[in-house]
Amino acid sequence: MKAKQETIPLNGDEAVALAVKQCDVDVVAAYPITPQTIIVEKYSEYVANGEVQTEFVCTESEHSAMTACLAAAVTGARTFTASASAGLALMHEMLFVTSGFRAPVVMAVANRALSAPLNIHGDQSDSMAERDSGWIHVYAENAQEAYDNIIQAFKIGEDIDVSLPVIVGLDGFTISHTLENVNVLDDQSIKQFIGERPFVMVTTQEGKTVPFKLDPANPMTLGPNALPNYYFEFKRQQEEGMRNALRKIQEVNSEYAKISGRNYGNGLIDAYELDDAEIAIVCVGSVAGTLKVIVDELRQEGMKVGVLRLRTFRPFPLEELRNALKEVKALAVMDKSMSFGGFGGAVFSEVRSALYEVNQRPTIVNYIFGLGGRDTNPHELRKIFEDLARIAKTGRAEMSVQYLGLRE
Amino acid sequence: MTTQEWKFTAKDIANKPDLFLSGHRACAGCGPAAVLRLIMKATRGPTIVTQATGCMEIVGSIYPYTSWGLPWLHTAFENAAANASGIDAALKALERKGKVKEHIDIIALAGDGGTYDIGIQALSGAVERGHDFLFVLYDNEGYMNTGIQRSGGTPTGAATTTTPAGSKIPGKLEKKKPITEIMLAHDMEYVATATPYYWKDMMTKVRRGLEVNGPAFLHIFAPCPRGWRTEPAKTMEYSKLSVESCVFPVWEAVNGNRQLSTPSKLIALAPQKKKSVTDYLAGQGRFRHLFTPQNKHIIDEMQRFTDERWERLLLKCEKA
Repeated sequence: MKAKQETIPLNGDEAVALAVKQCDVDVVAAYPITPQTIIVEKYSEYVANGEVQTEFVCTESEHSAMTACLAAAVTGARTFTASASAGLALMHEMLFVTSGFRAPVVMAVANRALSAPLNIHGDQSDSMAERDSGWIHVYAENAQEAYDNIIQAFKIGEDIDVSLPVIVGLDGFTISHTLENVNVLDDQSIKQFIGERPFVMVTTQEGKTVPFKLDPANPMTLGPNALPNYYFEFKRQQEEGMRNALRKIQEVNSEYAKISGRNYGNGLIDAYELDDAEIAIVCVGSVAGTLKVIVDELRQEGMKVGVLRLRTFRPFPLEELRNALKEVKALAVMDKSMSFGGFGGAVFSEVRSALYEVNQRPTIVNYIFGLGGRDTNPHELRKIFEDLARIAKTGRAEMSVQYLGLRE
Repeated sequence: MTTQEWKFTAKDIANKPDLFLSGHRACAGCGPAAVLRLIMKATRGPTIVTQATGCMEIVGSIYPYTSWGLPWLHTAFENAAANASGIDAALKALERKGKVKEHIDIIALAGDGGTYDIGIQALSGAVERGHDFLFVLYDNEGYMNTGIQRSGGTPTGAATTTTPAGSKIPGKLEKKKPITEIMLAHDMEYVATATPYYWKDMMTKVRRGLEVNGPAFLHIFAPCPRGWRTEPAKTMEYSKLSVESCVFPVWEAVNGNRQLSTPSKLIALAPQKKKSVTDYLAGQGRFRHLFTPQNKHIIDEMQRFTDERWERLLLKCEKA
């Protein structure tokens, strides 16, 4: 059934805070950091005005924020936090612990550059550096999607077969601080959509079936140390959760479309004009918005161009990406972060590796862009398509990795 | 804080089932293991325990075995107090929604590394925020789990693997950090010290800490035969000597009003009973190098420092 919707002007951070409020979260533990701060400020207002029942913990660091979220989650609470940049880096240790616990914490990351030099502006270095932390990574294209993704994140992460924490990325400032008209669902529809948090059920020594959480009635030891005889199996099971997430993300995307009228591709990839595209760009996050406009323009001019936005970066949608790009002759991958000393950025490495086994794989090039909030204009993006058209013709790229909008 | 009366007798303790169970892998004569077994018997009802990484975390939770008869959580080293914060927040939120129906006590356990050093930020933050939990520091004066390294709780003169007794530097040069003074400066309702030789005193303090409606801090001095190079059979003897020599006086402070506990009060009343620091140090391998002519001045310095801290403590207790 369709939800009632209201269109209100919100920036990305405010949209996230509102979504968290509507998801009836039990515990929010967070520490302020630009460009995420509006989320916790807004949420604090909800708490101060009695609009939520949430226990809000203003921790003394992001490390403790993630710890408190994890501890609250294993005590049975639905939990949320938000961070960025240095804050996310400080959580690094606890990100692995949280996914290892299979605790469905949801975190908004207002993507921001990492020091040094200090820079508060947007790029994706922070969450890309955490791509192997065992979290599901979903990136929004705009404030509307940031709102929608938070709601979906609880349903995905809390699913019993998934049981994993979820990062919802939103580009710092470009999304976090930019006012948009956001269609907001009514509270009741969201409540019905995500439901109560389910728990993995386990059997106790006495043969009782009980929820997997800290409970004096059913004492459990959580966070033991597993030696080489068991550790590996734990990690393999975590990977199974990720595999299950591939299916769950698509299901939740479709279910959400039914109540909201909005879907984001198949939930994993958002393919735009790709069906007959000969040249295409793969990207993550807000730059997709501008790219789609340019695709429209170039299509008018008769060029067969398309965009593939990786909405989900972890788990990596290997099959979907291959299928969507198998006819493409020249492909550019855009990275808003660097992998120093590597071959191109993280997204490039993944995409290139994914296409290795495609029979007629495209020529693939990498554009690193927008670091530290460097503006990326439509002219530069158009130039990428022009480069690709040349590459498609010759089948050869002179430079595999290039920097967009850089003084060199 | 309620002033409920209760007594711990040997019979009560024997009759109460263990919550830190046998079968754990602690060394023979382990002070902290004895502490955990006893203090878990001082719990008063539904309780959740959370623990920092360390010896006592490792020995009781080797998968798929556990020594814990209580719900127990370990997540990392520096964050026992942050775990407690999250548990406390969750219980409050779930209680509000009617999903948790009874009061649940929270105990956070950490060693000296997890308290004095890497854990102090999370501890200070959790106490400032007023979470309802009892933080128990079991202090064996070093990073024993990783093989006896120096911590902020290691005393002057002690040889550890990172402050070895060398020909130029005779063990740790710095003083032991006054952790309880730091915690008292947080204006906590309850701060106390204890050691397992005086087990009734220790268990009583655990119970008082749990009765506080907010954060409470208990510093337990727990000898480590492996790290201190002492005989396993003498753990309780060193626990006793630490109090008798005033190296580790036992006291409690309720709302900042500090009172010596009986074992230390008896020494204050009869100063002739006070033992020397040498009595305490003798037989501890970690201080062996101090018993040489060239290092004797370090023992003298330790005696002077111990006397000074004791006198200062007496003044603070008198004021109360």
